[in-house]
Amino acid sequence: MKMRGAQIVCESLLREGCNVVFGIPGGAILPLYQTLPEFPDLRHILVRHEQGASHAADGYARVTGRPGVAFATSGPGATNLVTGIASAQMDSVPMVIVTGQVATTVIGSDAFQETDITGITLPITKHNFLVMDATEISQVIKDAFHIANTGRPGPVLVDIPRDIFLQEVEYIVPTEINLPGYSPTITGNTKQIKRAAELIKDSKKPVILAGHGVLISQAYSELRELAEKAQIPVITTLLGISCFPEDHVLSAGWPGMHGLAYSSLAIDESDLLIALGMRFDDRITGNPSKFSTNSKKIHVDIDPSEIGKNIQVDVPIVGDVKEVLSSLNKLIEPKTHPDWIKRIDQLKQEHPSLDLPKTDKLLARQVIKDISEITDGRAIIVTGVGQHQMWAAQHYTFKDPCSLITSGGSGTMGFEVPAAMGAQVAKPDSTVWSIAGDGGFQMTMSELATIAENKLPVKFAILNNGFLGMVRQWQEIFYESSYVSTGYTGNPDFVKLAEAFNIKGIRVNDKAQVRSAIQEAMDHDGPVLIDFVVEQEENVYPMIPSGMTVADIIEEPINEKVTA
Amino acid sequence: MSQTIERHTVTALVEDRPGVLNRISSMFRRRGYNISSLAVGQSETAGLSRMTFVVEGDPDTVEMVSKNLHKLVEVIKVVNISKDNVVSRELALVRVESDASSRSEIMQIIDIFRAKIVDVSQGTLIVEVTGDEDKVDSLVDLLGTFGVKEVMRTGTIAMSRGVSFEQETKRQKSPENAW
Repeated sequence: MKMRGAQIVCESLLREGCNVVFGIPGGAILPLYQTLPEFPDLRHILVRHEQGASHAADGYARVTGRPGVAFATSGPGATNLVTGIASAQMDSVPMVIVTGQVATTVIGSDAFQETDITGITLPITKHNFLVMDATEISQVIKDAFHIANTGRPGPVLVDIPRDIFLQEVEYIVPTEINLPGYSPTITGNTKQIKRAAELIKDSKKPVILAGHGVLISQAYSELRELAEKAQIPVITTLLGISCFPEDHVLSAGWPGMHGLAYSSLAIDESDLLIALGMRFDDRITGNPSKFSTNSKKIHVDIDPSEIGKNIQVDVPIVGDVKEVLSSLNKLIEPKTHPDWIKRIDQLKQEHPSLDLPKTDKLLARQVIKDISEITDGRAIIVTGVGQHQMWAAQHYTFKDPCSLITSGGSGTMGFEVPAAMGAQVAKPDSTVWSIAGDGGFQMTMSELATIAENKLPVKFAILNNGFLGMVRQWQEIFYESSYVSTGYTGNPDFVKLAEAFNIKGIRVNDKAQVRSAIQEAMDHDGPVLIDFVVEQEENVYPMIPSGMTVADIIEEPINEKVTA
Repeated sequence: MSQTIERHTVTALVEDRPGVLNRISSMFRRRGYNISSLAVGQSETAGLSRMTFVVEGDPDTVEMVSKNLHKLVEVIKVVNISKDNVVSRELALVRVESDASSRSEIMQIIDIFRAKIVDVSQGTLIVEVTGDEDKVDSLVDLLGTFGVKEVMRTGTIAMSRGVSFEQETKRQKSPENAW
C-alpha cells in the first residue's frame, strides 16, 4: 500500500501501542500534524512549550512503563526538548521523540529553523536516527521503540526532514528488529548468582539497596520474596522509592546526602550490600573510597558499564533484576537476623530523621505528612528537584509501585509541572499530586494552560518559601548565609495565577488550614493549586555534605531554628 | 589500588553508517578517555567497518572503554587485544631534509628499518615505513638528526595472533569472563 512518510509515522506509532503524543507543531513537522486527523486513535496533547512535551512524555512513561512519545518541530522546537531528553536519559526513562527537520535538499545550508538535533542529542539519547528516505521510517520507529524500552531504557530521537514526511512510498510492516549490535543481557550468569546466594547465606548483617531498576523490571514480588525469605532489610535509592512498600516491616528508608540517617548508617555497618538495579550515584556514596567499607557487595544491573564504574564489587551480575532475582530466590534458604534487625531499629530510634520540631509555624514537611496521611500513601507524587523533593521523599509513605516520579539524576527544576501532567494523562483515575517549589514551578507553569484545557485533575502543592530553598540552604551552611540571588521577592500571587488559568486556587498561611485545604483539593473535581506559604528558612536534614562520609552527617539541631 | 597506565589496543566491529565515528569519538570525549590513535577501514563484511583504538589508561579504565563502546547501538563487537599476543602495524610517511652528502647515510638507516624511499626531490625525500608504533617512533627519531619536515601516520591497526576476532570475542564472552 502506498503511503506518505507522515502517515507511516502515525501508523507505526499505533502499531507500537502508542496512543498519546505530547507536542507542538511548527513548519518542518507540519506535514505530520496535518496527517493526525486521519488517525483519531492517536491522541495529541498540545503543550505550551516543548520542554513540557518531553517532561510529560517522561512522566507518562514512568507511571505506565511504556515509552512516552513527543513531537516537536525543527530548530528551537527541537532544542527546547533537550532538558527533558537529558533528564530521561539520566533516569533511564523510555521515550520516543519525533522531530521535524528542514528538507533534505537544504540540510547543512543553515536553512530557517535548521538545527543539527541528532548531533545535539547524541550524548543525551540512548540512540538517535536521521531518516533520509521514507522507506526507512517503519523500521526506524520499530527499532526506536525496541531500543527505548529494552535493556536499560532511555530516550530515542527520530529526526525526519519535511520532504520525507511528504514522500510517498510503499508501506511495509517490519517484522523483525534490525539491530545487529544491540542485544541486552537479560539472564544473569548462573555461576555469579550461585556466589551471590552463598554470600547471602553467610552474611550476618545484609541489606538490600534497591534502585530504579527494580521498578523498571517490575521485580516487586521477587524483591519482596528475597527480603522476606532471608529477612533482609530493604533500603531504596531515591529513584527506587516505592519499589518496596514503605509500611513493610523490612522497609529501611533511603540513604545518601539527604536520606534518612539510619539508612546510611545501616549501609555503613552492613557486611553484605545487595545492590539491585542502581548505579552507586555520588548522592548515595558520598566519598566512594569510604562507602560501606565493611561490606561485600553484590551488584545486579542490566547495564554492564555501570558495574565497577563508581564502586568495585565482589559479585557482579549483569541482567534484568526480575530475571536475576527469580533465579536467585530459588537458591535462598529461609534465614533470620534478629540482632541485625534490632540494631537497625536501634539506629532508627537514635537517629530520628523524620520527627518534626514542635512549632506553630507552617513547615513544608508538615504539608507532605498531611498529604501522605490524607491520600493514605496511595497518590502519585511528582516532584522537581530541591528541598521540596527531599521532603516529599522523606515524609510521604509510598505504598504503591511507581508512585514517586522525580527528577533524580539530572535534578531538573520545573520537571514537576509537566511530568505530573503526563502522569495524569496516563492514569486519569489516579490522584496525582505535584509537589513543587516556588522556584521550579515558575520554570514550567505555562503548562497549567494545557492542564486546564485537557481537564486534568492534577493537584499542585506549592511549598512557597520565597527562595531557591536548597541553594539557599547551601549558602547558609557553606557560604555564611550569604544569600546571593536566591530570594524571590517578586513572586506572583499563585492563587490569582491559578484562577487566570481557570484552575481553583487556595492559599494556606496557617498550619491549622493545611488538612482542610488538602481535603478540599481532593474533593474538587478538577485541577487545584494550593499555595502553601511555608517557613522561609527551613532546612533539609539530615545532610551529608558533598563528597563526605556518613561520619560527617549533619542531623537537625532540634527545635533550634524554626521555633526561635 | 594503584594501577599502571599503559597503552591498550581495542578493536571494534561497527556498522558503516554516517555518524558512527562521531558517536564513538563523542563517547571518548564525554567520558574523558584518551585515544592515542584511531584507525578505521572496511572489514571483511560489506557494510561493516573495523576500528582499532590505542587507548591509554589503567586496566579498569580500558575495561570501561570496552563496555561503553559496546553500549553504542551501532557497535557490534568489541575485543580488547592482549598486549603480548598481537600483531600491530602502522604506516608512516616522513619527509626528511636531504642533500647529496646525507642521502647515503639516510639510505643505510632506512635499510635497517626495512623502510623505503618513495619520493626524492631537491633537498628532501619521502620515507615510507611500516611497523609497530615503537619501530616507527625510533625511525622518526633517528631521521630527526637530518631534519624532519613532515610526519604523517595512519595510526595502529592490530590483530590478535592465532585466534580470529570471532574466536576472541567468544572467549571474552564466555561465562568465566562475562558476568
